[in-house]
Amino acid sequence: MNTASAPFDSALIPEGVKRCKLKWFLVWLGILNVPFMVGVAAYIVCWALALNQTYLNNNYPFGLWIAADLGVIALGGGAFFTGFLRYIIKIDELKNIVNFAVVVGVICYASALGILAVDIGQPLRGWHIFWHANVHSMLTEVAFCISCYFMVLCIEYLPLVLENRQINKLGFFHGMAHHLHGAMPAIAATGVFLSFFHQGSLGGVPGVLYGRPFAFREGFLVWPWTFFLFILSAMACGPCFTILITRITEGFARKKLVKRNVIDILARISGWLLAGYLVLKILDTVGWISWAGKVGAPLGSFYANQPYGYWVLITEIGIFGIIPCILLLVKATRQNESLLVVACLLNCAGIFMNRWIMTVQSLAVPVMSFDKFFSYHPNWAEWASTLMWVWLGAIVISLSYRYLPIFPQERELNPV
Amino acid sequence: MFPFCFDWVNDPVHFVFMGSLYSVLILLGIFVNYAVIRAFLDLICKKEGQSHH
Repeated sequence: MNTASAPFDSALIPEGVKRCKLKWFLVWLGILNVPFMVGVAAYIVCWALALNQTYLNNNYPFGLWIAADLGVIALGGGAFFTGFLRYIIKIDELKNIVNFAVVVGVICYASALGILAVDIGQPLRGWHIFWHANVHSMLTEVAFCISCYFMVLCIEYLPLVLENRQINKLGFFHGMAHHLHGAMPAIAATGVFLSFFHQGSLGGVPGVLYGRPFAFREGFLVWPWTFFLFILSAMACGPCFTILITRITEGFARKKLVKRNVIDILARISGWLLAGYLVLKILDTVGWISWAGKVGAPLGSFYANQPYGYWVLITEIGIFGIIPCILLLVKATRQNESLLVVACLLNCAGIFMNRWIMTVQSLAVPVMSFDKFFSYHPNWAEWASTLMWVWLGAIVISLSYRYLPIFPQERELNPV
Repeated sequence: MFPFCFDWVNDPVHFVFMGSLYSVLILLGIFVNYAVIRAFLDLICKKEGQSHH
């Protein structure tokens, strides 16, 4: 039973679950549409009047958009990693959250592609990266991998749509959803392969900038250490983002949607991966400080210009790294609802900060003796077009939660 | 980029790079078509009272 007022609406809602009335749902969508339309206006401005409508310039060709792009791709890592744990490692309990991880992943990768569509300035020439591919560029590999991985996520999302109460009544769609589920381990394995390379290559982009000692890293064969750090950090942070969005959804729905043991498995794995990442990150930082000093770029020169002082280094590794790691690893704090949310928030903030540092701060640090420091802060068009994807994500999650069976434990946890 | 494009170069990097892209795309095509064909076959070969679950 559900309390939806319109018959066509209640016919679409999964059986045995309760949803709010249609009019309240439409009001909620209407509220989300207001900031979303501001974002649409920002897109139109940037496309119609070109990128001089933003605060991007020759000093900062990479700004909020690229940092957000790398951030959401890392946060969307929860989809590939949860899929890997569920279908390859076969942790059966994760079947109760993998659907939602896919929904979050689709939104994150759609955001990444959407932000790139405005960042490249001329989206009508976006296809050039595929047709006139520079096969020596890590960014080309990233473009290939995120496009293909977005297709993988759409294929993973498709059976959820086909399992809608009404669509599933049609024999063909019912069968298609069933057979897609059967092929899911192979699809998930393809997603893991693609994610591994594009997460890594995003780290490789700053790591190979040998003209910028702040970003450059030595490494293994053609891969700088940042390649491996980006993969590990995405694996550590993605599950935390899935937990965080699950908790936010539960807050709005005012009910439990996933059992505590499922969340606990993801949080524990995330904690151990974060610990591994932090050990390697600290080793990398120590090695980088030593190497940079030898090539005439002492540590102080990287943090001499505000707002990028030493606090950046301390906050990224200490507050957004070590603290959430301890909170996730200690059983008592991990099982405390509020502290778990704090740990996930700090972990996700840390990944965003890391991506900002590796892109925007890398460009901010002067390289030549005659270079001057210029500050950068995004303008309204950059903020609105980036945040637009948050509102769109909320709309997609609201629609998916209302009409698709994305939480298999909901009925058991909330008997009607 | 296909091998018949003017900026194609017959070197290992092009074959590995573009080959990987097309392999993944073909693989995804196979997964989706597998599900479509199996669902279609199920539909036309379905016997009375038989179900997937």
